[in-house]
Amino acid sequence: MLKLPIYLDNNATTPVDPVVLETMLPYFSQHFGNAASRNHPFGWEAEEAVDYAREQVAKLIGADPKEVIFTSGATESDNLALKGVFEMYASKGNHIITAVTEHKAVLDTCKHIEKLGGEVTYLQVQPDGLIDLKELEAAIKPTTILIAIMYANNEIGTVMPIKELSTIARKHGVLLFTDGTQAVGKIPVDVNKDGIDLMAFSAHKMYGPKGVGALYVRRKNPRVKVTAQMDGGGHERGMRSGTLNVPGIVGFGKACEVCRLQMEEDTKRIAELRNYLETELLKIEESYVNGSREHRLPHVCNISFKHVEGEGLLMGFNKNIALSSGSACTSASLEPSYVLKALGLGDDLAHSSLRFGLSRFTTKEEIDYTIKAITDTVNKLREMSPLWEMYKEGIDLNTIEWAAH
Amino acid sequence: MAYSEKVIDHYQNPKNVGTLDKASKNVGTGLVGAPECGDVMRLQIQVDDATGVITDAKFKTFGCGSAIASSSLATEWLKGKSVDEALKIDNMDIVEELNLPPVKIHCSVLAEDAIKAAINDYRVKNGLEAIKFDESVVH
Repeated sequence: MLKLPIYLDNNATTPVDPVVLETMLPYFSQHFGNAASRNHPFGWEAEEAVDYAREQVAKLIGADPKEVIFTSGATESDNLALKGVFEMYASKGNHIITAVTEHKAVLDTCKHIEKLGGEVTYLQVQPDGLIDLKELEAAIKPTTILIAIMYANNEIGTVMPIKELSTIARKHGVLLFTDGTQAVGKIPVDVNKDGIDLMAFSAHKMYGPKGVGALYVRRKNPRVKVTAQMDGGGHERGMRSGTLNVPGIVGFGKACEVCRLQMEEDTKRIAELRNYLETELLKIEESYVNGSREHRLPHVCNISFKHVEGEGLLMGFNKNIALSSGSACTSASLEPSYVLKALGLGDDLAHSSLRFGLSRFTTKEEIDYTIKAITDTVNKLREMSPLWEMYKEGIDLNTIEWAAH
Repeated sequence: MAYSEKVIDHYQNPKNVGTLDKASKNVGTGLVGAPECGDVMRLQIQVDDATGVITDAKFKTFGCGSAIASSSLATEWLKGKSVDEALKIDNMDIVEELNLPPVKIHCSVLAEDAIKAAINDYRVKNGLEAIKFDESVVH
C-alpha cells in the first residue's frame, strides 16, 4: 500500500532505522552513565557501549577503533579536520587545496582559515562534477599541508576518484581529508585502500540519529594529529572534549553495522529503483541529468527540467513527495545552487533542477507515483511557461535581452 | 515555508493562462524578469480602442508558485479596468491579497513591472509616449 507523503530527500537526512532506534533506547534512562565515569558500573556500562560502537564504526570504514573520534556531526568533523590540521601543521605550511563544489561546512571553514592567514586554492570541477587530477597536482606547492576533497557530492552524488587523489597526496607528502558524509554506509569506503588520512561522516545520513558523527584520524603511516577546537576534559584522545553522546554513539555504531551487512543488497535494489526513476523521467522532453552518471552514488540523481522553475515544480506535489530543488528562490540571494553552476550549467537550468535521494525504505510504488506526479506537473507548468512557448517557437532565449532584476 | 491558500489556489487553478496576438495593435505585451533569476513573466492586455478599457488579459510565467499566483491575480484585476486604473495597481496590493511572505515580495514587484511594461508596449504601439517609471525597489 502506498503511504503518503513519500520521502525522497535522503541526502538531507534519513529516517532512523527501527533496529537502530531499539538499540539506542536503553541508553537514555537505563544505562545513562557518563562514559568518562571510571569508578562505578554506570560509567563502565556507558564506556563499554561506546567502545563497542567505536568498533562497529571503525569496521565499516576499515579503520582501527582508536582512529575514530566521535563528534556532533559532519559539520563539526569538517571544522575539526580543517582547522585542526591548519593549526597542528602550521610550521610545515599554510596552504590547503579544496574544490568549489564542497559542502558549505568545508568551504566556509576554508574561508575562516583564510582570515587566519591560511592560503586556500579552490579547484574548479569538470562538467561531470569531477576534479581534474592534473590540475590538483599542479596546485600543490611546498607550503601545501592538506587536500580537502569530498568523497561524494551531496547535490549530484558524483563520487570523486579518492584513490587517485590520495596517490597524488602521498607522492607530495600532503595529507588527504575527505568529507565522506554522503558516501559512508552507501558505497564501500576503506580508509586504507583509499589512502585517506582524515574523514568526516555522520550518523543521520545512514539511518542513524542526528547529532552524532565522527572524524577518522589516521594513526600510522603517517600518524596524523589535529589540534582540538574545543577545550575541556580531554575526551577522545584530547582531540574533542565534551561528554560523549552515548545513546547517539550506540545508534551510530548500530547504523554502521547494518549498513555494512546490508550494503550489497541495499545498493543493488536502490540502484535499480534509481535507474528506473531516471529512465522514466528522461522520457520527458528537454530533461537532463546533472553530474557524472558513471561515477555516482547509487541512490542519487539530479535532473533539470528545462523551462520550468524548480520551486514551482515542487509546489505541484510537495504535499505528497519530499524532494529538494537546486533553485534557491526562497533565499534572499535568489542564487541557484553553486554546485550546479560549477558544472557550467546556466542559471536557468540550475533553477530547473530536482534532487532525488532514495533510501533503504523506498518502494517501487513510491517511485511509480513520483514519476507520474513529476511528469504531470512538468507538463502543466510548461503549458504556462513563456520560456517553453518561445523554445517551441524556435526562439533562442539567449538572444533576448532580459531585464536584469 | 507554507504557502497561503490563495497562492495555492492560483497555482492549482491559474486564471487566464495563455497568449494574445502580440502583433495586434490593441494588445500590449510585457515580458519581465530573467531565466537566470528564476522568474520570467509575460503579461498581455487587450484594450478596447474606443473606451480604453482592458477587455482581456493573459499571462505565462516561469517561476515559483508565488510568481505564478501574482501574475494570475494581476490578470484577474486587469480585466475591466481602464488603462489608467491599471497603472494604479501596486505590488503591495498583491502582497496583501496573496499573503506573500517577505522573501516573495519580489514576485509581486515583477507582476507590477509586467503590468507597466504591457501598458507601455500598448502606448508605444498606438503612438503614445512610454511612461517613465521609478526603478523597482526590490531585486
